[in-house]
Amino acid sequence: MAQKIYAGVSVDVNEEGYFTNPAQWTREMAAEVAGEEGINLTDNHYAVLSFLRERYGKGEALTIRSVGNSGIIDIKGFYGLFPGAPMKKAAKIAGIPKPSSCV
Amino acid sequence: MANEEFPLKKVCIICAKGTIEDVYAALVMSNGAVMEGIETKMFFTFFGLDAITKKTMNSLHTGVVGNPAMRMPGGLPFPTLLGAIPGVEAGVSAMMRSQMDKLDIPPVKEFLEMIEAGGGEVYACKLAMDMFKLKKEDLWEGVKEVLTVGQFYEKCGGLQTQIIFT
Repeated sequence: MAQKIYAGVSVDVNEEGYFTNPAQWTREMAAEVAGEEGINLTDNHYAVLSFLRERYGKGEALTIRSVGNSGIIDIKGFYGLFPGAPMKKAAKIAGIPKPSSCV
Repeated sequence: MANEEFPLKKVCIICAKGTIEDVYAALVMSNGAVMEGIETKMFFTFFGLDAITKKTMNSLHTGVVGNPAMRMPGGLPFPTLLGAIPGVEAGVSAMMRSQMDKLDIPPVKEFLEMIEAGGGEVYACKLAMDMFKLKKEDLWEGVKEVLTVGQFYEKCGGLQTQIIFT
């Protein structure tokens, strides 16, 4: 398993850079992962990240629709915060595995 | 590896049928592409127009007659004659829609809105619209344009582009 240093701490990541142990994640690390993706994290970003982490923790599927229904942000806004591939990028920054949902 | 060197940049997805499964195949593939950051253009033609016509878009049906893959809940074969009874097709279709809702697969209109929110584009076929006597105002507001086949192909150019017919 690969290791990467974020915020001065070594964490376990897979070959694509996703955290394999979400418990190792901190907000400071998120900022650094986001930087690699060219994203500057704002409070809105952090709100989405906590939502995804909470949902992941409950074992619920991570879908674009669930983010849109979260009350935090609408789908267009989600694409705006994490341009390109929002769900994958957000999961990577949130320190959780790559989403496996098709919707 | 070719996949890494030449990732898919654009997909043009054509939907020509109006059953739940045909329409959702096109919607899931399109939304999936948008989610991956792939430029996405949808083209609805023939009975596929039902999916973007205001009156019909949220009440699509699945075929229960002459559909050998249709099963009863529990897995027994679904008798074709049963499908001929009035109301059965509507019931089966409603059941299918509720099953999809449980998987967070949205109704057609909401699904199209999700695709649009992510930058996907939805087009309607001019020839089929003329055939079914449909006007632009009969269609869902998110439809970007009514196009001829030639105009659609013009939008499908570029390297690393695929046209998918569902």
